[in-house]
Amino acid sequence: MVENRPVLNFLAHLVLIIGVAIVAFPIYVAFIASTHGPTDFLSGLIPMTPGHNIWHTYGTMLTDGMKSSGMPPLSLQMGNSLIMALTIAIGKIAISIISAYAIVYFKFPGRGIAFWLIFITLMMPVEVRILPTYKVVAELGMLNTYAGLTIPLIASATATFLFRQVFLTIPDELMEAARIDGAGPLKFFWDILLPMSRNNIAALFVILFIYGWNQYLWPLIVTTDTSHYTIVMGIKRMADVTDAQPQWNYIMATAILAMLPPVLVVIFMQKLFVKGLIETEK
Amino acid sequence: MFRKMMLAGLVAGASAMAMGSAAEATTTITWWHAMGGELGQKLDQIVANYNKSQDKYKVVATYKGSYSETMTSAIAAFRAHKQPDIVQVFEVGTGTMMAAKGAIYPVYKLMKDMGEPFDPKGFLPAVVGYYTDTHGNMLSFPFNSSTPILYYNKDEFKKAGIDGPPKTWGELEADSKKLMDAGISKCGFTSGWISWVQTENFSAWHNQPIGTMENGFGGLGARLVFGKDKPLVNHWANMAKWQKDGVFKYGGPGGGNDAPPMFYSGDCAMYMNSSASRAGVLANTKGKFDVGYGMLPYYADVKGAPQNTIIGGATLWVLQGHDKAHYKAVANFLHYMSSPAVQADWSQFSGYLPITKAAYDLGQKQGYYANNPGSDVGIKEITLHAPTANSKGLRFGNYVQVRDIIDEEFQKMLGGKETAQQALDNVDSRGNKLIAQFQAANK
Amino acid sequence: MKRTTFNQRALAYLLIAPQMAVTIVFFLWPTGQAIVQSFQQEDAFGLHTNWVGFANYQALFADPSYIQSLEVTVIFTVAVTFSSLIVALLLALAVDRTVKAGPTYTTLLVWPYAVAPAVVGVLWWFLFNPTIGPLPYVLGQMGYNWDHSLHGQDAMILVVIAAAWPQVSYNFLFFVAGLQSIPASLREAAAIDGAGPVKRFFTITLPLLSPTTFFLMVVNLVYAMFNTFPVIHATTQGGPAGSTDILVFKVYEDGFVGLNLGSSAAQSVVLLVIVIALTAVQFGWVERRVQY
Repeated sequence: MVENRPVLNFLAHLVLIIGVAIVAFPIYVAFIASTHGPTDFLSGLIPMTPGHNIWHTYGTMLTDGMKSSGMPPLSLQMGNSLIMALTIAIGKIAISIISAYAIVYFKFPGRGIAFWLIFITLMMPVEVRILPTYKVVAELGMLNTYAGLTIPLIASATATFLFRQVFLTIPDELMEAARIDGAGPLKFFWDILLPMSRNNIAALFVILFIYGWNQYLWPLIVTTDTSHYTIVMGIKRMADVTDAQPQWNYIMATAILAMLPPVLVVIFMQKLFVKGLIETEK
Repeated sequence: MFRKMMLAGLVAGASAMAMGSAAEATTTITWWHAMGGELGQKLDQIVANYNKSQDKYKVVATYKGSYSETMTSAIAAFRAHKQPDIVQVFEVGTGTMMAAKGAIYPVYKLMKDMGEPFDPKGFLPAVVGYYTDTHGNMLSFPFNSSTPILYYNKDEFKKAGIDGPPKTWGELEADSKKLMDAGISKCGFTSGWISWVQTENFSAWHNQPIGTMENGFGGLGARLVFGKDKPLVNHWANMAKWQKDGVFKYGGPGGGNDAPPMFYSGDCAMYMNSSASRAGVLANTKGKFDVGYGMLPYYADVKGAPQNTIIGGATLWVLQGHDKAHYKAVANFLHYMSSPAVQADWSQFSGYLPITKAAYDLGQKQGYYANNPGSDVGIKEITLHAPTANSKGLRFGNYVQVRDIIDEEFQKMLGGKETAQQALDNVDSRGNKLIAQFQAANK
Repeated sequence: MKRTTFNQRALAYLLIAPQMAVTIVFFLWPTGQAIVQSFQQEDAFGLHTNWVGFANYQALFADPSYIQSLEVTVIFTVAVTFSSLIVALLLALAVDRTVKAGPTYTTLLVWPYAVAPAVVGVLWWFLFNPTIGPLPYVLGQMGYNWDHSLHGQDAMILVVIAAAWPQVSYNFLFFVAGLQSIPASLREAAAIDGAGPVKRFFTITLPLLSPTTFFLMVVNLVYAMFNTFPVIHATTQGGPAGSTDILVFKVYEDGFVGLNLGSSAAQSVVLLVIVIALTAVQFGWVERRVQY
């Protein structure tokens, strides 16, 4: 610290405490709402302490779901979200690390075109081409499948881009030495490149897990079968009831459960998360 | 060519993961619907009963979300050749479905082709009229039809010393002020579906045209004329005024999700919405207050009012592109669905109107209407007078979006950004653009 | 690229094939379809298709609701970007001062980034619900009649808060990293010269943070324009009267819900042009940095 100014220090803490409070406020209210009965907060006055409905609400949602909104049990939906998040994270890392390897370490005709074709997708949001993509997925028979849920989302270029950056910073001498030792491209990749990128892979995994878990529009469109619902898209289904009131206590319980896994990942793997975040964007 | 190769390659991989349906001895048909909540459970029960009643066919019903979600996902699926056999489409989608001649299998034709017994004359004309072509052929199968009615808080009315529901808008305003002045309720009334209840039905109820060419029944060249409907312009202007005075509280766009809680909590003494909301109203007000029912109010100075209300709700459309075995199953299922027992059961449970005379008669014989006050208000409204060209219904393409426009312009008016006349003129000009686009795309 | 490279071509193609396949099938092909479709008019079921040239584009830019959507998008994007940047910078500066407690605060501030935008939307939608939400109640006590189903301004504030909330965490992390990379000696030297904290902030910290800020600005613009779909979809659905109808939501509404495919495709192409422009800016910046 440059100098000690108590007033400024106090101000800093104040700002941070307010910040933390603002950040936590919605979650706190959501949690409180999820522990009360459905009619306990009709007037705008939400109780500020947890209610006694907590086990009932969470128990019902996890095991039975909400049949009236066509919601399967949340445990199933969370399982689907997990499958989706893991498939996207692993799949994306796998295909992008090898394609980055090809782009950086190989010389072949069409490399420039391949590079640009991949990078042009860098920021092509799915919303922009939603109908044609849906049509492709439907033609491939991938509606209501885990493949349909995940493969179209695996193709973004961010991960490829990151690995390209990582490989570019690895000294050329390593490869030259490996060649002298007679190591082929696969051995070099497996024995040298992969171990050297371990941290990056882990960091990327954290980011992609969150990305996959939080997908919304795509699962909403490609799943019509409740057995493939994910929890994030399920929330919308619950809030959107025709001719009836949304049951906010259940919706808030779902919201809490939907945010729990990625939030825990961030809190417990904060270092990797920060690294992943800063590196994927840099 | 390249695309085919790519696709073929991926198909091989993907189909391994895709859910394969095993070969079945029975013919399985799919039905996509928009019935959530208790209605959805009842629907599942009907389907289960059908599946149990015979062993040749099996119906699989899938809940697809809101009406517009159900319709659009069915259309998207049709484009991708993955359409269900039956899809439930709400009444404003009728224009779009009807124009898609290559996509739909008209119900009257299906029943004839498949040799299922089918008597179009057995259906209530006020219901089926909405879904028949100009030759009187039934194109889709009415499943759940309702019409807006007035609900009121009997306890609050009694406290204020008001005898029954208001018959006219003038009475409604006076009653509201009486209730509010006495501090009995915070607002007079709220309403679901501004587009359907306070606009389209308003015009029909006052025997005013909604559009040219018999409200669009006459062809794709029809256009909206809301702005020329003086009583309607007046009514919207009143709604804006009432919103300022607190007599009326807006419940949001579309179905108006914020409206029911205002009535349930006793804040608003009156509430206009679908006759099918009756079950929900009763469930949510049980133990709080008694609910009374009335017909929609009308303006006493408009000649010919009240005429009759028009229906809302949805019908079942059969989609093209399946083989004959499927259509045999569909025809058999629709026949089952129109039987008086199933119809009476469904309508009495849900509050939807019975669609056949036999079902209505059965209900009467069972004493259902006598024992359940308010359950026949809707039927009385739609059959009050023989429908005129203005009150038969409406049929425009792209009308799903026109509904959104109605909501938007209504909101602008309530926000004080435009007058009622400007708002309705904008509905016409913006809506007619969409309708013209639809006409061009379906030439 | 590398000085020395392998030249096993078959292997190279094999390595790059999966990514190319997915890219072509799920990105390039559908995008191409959207471009083609933007010159066509088609009925919902795809039974009749006519070529109409630029008619869809002309109709689009003559449509007041599209112009409104453009304006709304600009307001929304700028509001989300600046509010989340300013709040994040403030928090980062504060953390930078509190040496010991810094990591604890950081942990408490980063996790909203992990919450799905759709969930964030539903949370704030509940908090601001005019009939049962606690915030309108508090505002009502203060004499403000909150109603986002009627007042466009209220709805806009709601979606901006919901969209900016998780983004604050993101920006915060980058600002903290940026602040840590500013050499302490620079600030000390300025302090010795008698510059107060405010002056030091504007003469030293802010200019040295400018690369980070610029980068974050682009990222946030892209986020607010394209990744906020779930926030809108889970809350206002573009209303009231189109006052939160951002471009990416309108594409979906007109295409997937309204089934106005030609117009929706034309809107996609407009968005695509914006995305490519923003990507080019970001890409140029990234490439420049890599060369350090």
